[in-house]
Amino acid sequence: MTDMVATNETILVVGGGISGLTAALEAAECGKNVVLVEKNPSVGGRVAQLYKYFPKLCRPSCGQEINLRRLKANKRIRLLTMAEVRNVSGTAGDYDVSITIRPRYVNDNCTACGACAQAVTTEIDDPFNYNMKKIKAAYLPYNMAYPQRYVIDPSIVGSEEASKAKAACAYDAIDLEMQEQTIAIKAGAVIWATGWRPYDAAKIQPYGYDRYPNVITSVEFERMMDPFGPTGGKILRPFDGNEAKNIAFIQCAGSRDRNHLTHCSRICCMASLKQSTYIGEQYSGDADARATIYYIDIRAIDRFEDFYRKVQADEKVHFIKSKVANITENRESGDVVLHGVDTEGYHRYDNTHDLCVLAIGMEPSVRADQIAANVSADVSGFMQMDAANGAIYGAGCATNALDVNRAVQSATAAALRAIQVVNRVSSAEA
Amino acid sequence: MSDVNTAMVQKYRNDFLKEVEENVEEGHWVKMCMQCGVCSGSCPFGPHWDHPPQEIFMMIRAGKRDEVLTTESMWMCTSCYNCIVRCPRELPITHIMHGLANYAHRLGIAPKMNPTRRFAGIFWNNIAKTGRVNELALSLKLYFMDGFMSGIKKGLAMMSVGIGMIKTKRLNPFALISHKGVKNPKELHVLLKKAREIEDRRKGIAS
Repeated sequence: MTDMVATNETILVVGGGISGLTAALEAAECGKNVVLVEKNPSVGGRVAQLYKYFPKLCRPSCGQEINLRRLKANKRIRLLTMAEVRNVSGTAGDYDVSITIRPRYVNDNCTACGACAQAVTTEIDDPFNYNMKKIKAAYLPYNMAYPQRYVIDPSIVGSEEASKAKAACAYDAIDLEMQEQTIAIKAGAVIWATGWRPYDAAKIQPYGYDRYPNVITSVEFERMMDPFGPTGGKILRPFDGNEAKNIAFIQCAGSRDRNHLTHCSRICCMASLKQSTYIGEQYSGDADARATIYYIDIRAIDRFEDFYRKVQADEKVHFIKSKVANITENRESGDVVLHGVDTEGYHRYDNTHDLCVLAIGMEPSVRADQIAANVSADVSGFMQMDAANGAIYGAGCATNALDVNRAVQSATAAALRAIQVVNRVSSAEA
Repeated sequence: MSDVNTAMVQKYRNDFLKEVEENVEEGHWVKMCMQCGVCSGSCPFGPHWDHPPQEIFMMIRAGKRDEVLTTESMWMCTSCYNCIVRCPRELPITHIMHGLANYAHRLGIAPKMNPTRRFAGIFWNNIAKTGRVNELALSLKLYFMDGFMSGIKKGLAMMSVGIGMIKTKRLNPFALISHKGVKNPKELHVLLKKAREIEDRRKGIAS
């Protein structure tokens, strides 16, 4: 890996989610050399964890397949997985970047046959499924993972288990001697696409995410719908494993709240509207199945108003204009009771639901002011457009709370800006 | 209707929000309410309010002056601060409720027999007199505020508590004749009078 050559005409893309992939592909397809750094063992990011996109309700795996084909076909992109940028210094056209690469313990002989996973018995939490299920300590991050190479979890390295995995491998792909390494590269421009993470729901004390099993987040709910997910595509209550039919969605869980995230996370309204259609999909014809969306105001940004109207017409979906004040739990049944006062008539309610989904807010994975000196962050930590940023350009959710569509637009814009910088560098050096 | 009230009605005409902003403590926050309802849902006394805080904010913006100022709602507030803690926009709701109650009282249109308003008056007169609360006089005033017989009844009901407090020296049984106030209550009176003048001048209330 250390044999990699990068110059001032190279574009460094940090983050291999939908924004980073897009930016890397756009730049590389314009003939620029790109180093793409991804923290996880696979590219794909949070989009790969979605069951369906709004508003067309199609599968993200479809678009991901296209992007992966583009990535595999492009020799100008050097992909580093399990790698994190430690430090960025320098100025536009001349950056020094140090990158730490964690050991995967599996080399590129791996054919993803899965023999190592069968040999290993130790199980670890599955981050791809938000720790809702366990996976073997020798694992493929998810079915469509790229690179299609297994990972040996560091927790078993040095134990009997790791030796068993090594013995099971018929291709000599497991190398337990791999060490963490730090490399230094040059780059002309940096595209920062580190994306977002869900706000810590346990911090919203009155909703009891940390106390009540049947209060879950929207990202966890999304994983439940995946046929390969922790519940095999069924909506099951964590409390007792029964099917949940009467489901509440709480909007602005963490967003638009000065006690939590001050910004509007922008996607959550559409996400809950989308997820409310899953109930019809799952229980079509079942009169008991219903979704109730508790909201302050529905922000179905611009052209998505049509989608909102379609969901409003769905008789399985109900809307209550109110931010829920607090949640209590029925200890015997595990049902959650939502308390509050609605704004349309000021009626006090205590509504019982099987399951409560918090439409959790987005926060940047990395605060922009921690990237490098002079990089400008807004109050929420998203990267702001600023001449002082030099040639470090934000893309996707590192810059703002964006849906996939807007993240891709933002990534393309960042790629164009970065291309201009390396063009200037090459014309100066020619 | 008092003169102050008439003057304020004429001054602000139909703009009750502006009147609240300029005269009610923390009133300038009212326009920041986004009607989410967390305050009303979080209030432990919520079910007993005629109009929960969220509705009061909306009524202020809708110019429902008489309905707001004559309601008993904000007098229900017990200052538990649940609403302030949970408000996504950090409105000082508790303070606004007390501000509204106080303003209605100053205008002379607060509900006359509201027990919280009457207790507040008794308490203020008691503490302002000597600078320290005379607990015995306060309790007696409070018990007998609805007449002699009901006062005796309340006193008997609370007798064991009272005796307990006297035994543990928490209550001075001779406070009516030997209550100790601050060193110079006259100066305190001057100070309070001045404060009142400043406040009235700021709010444009002729006292």
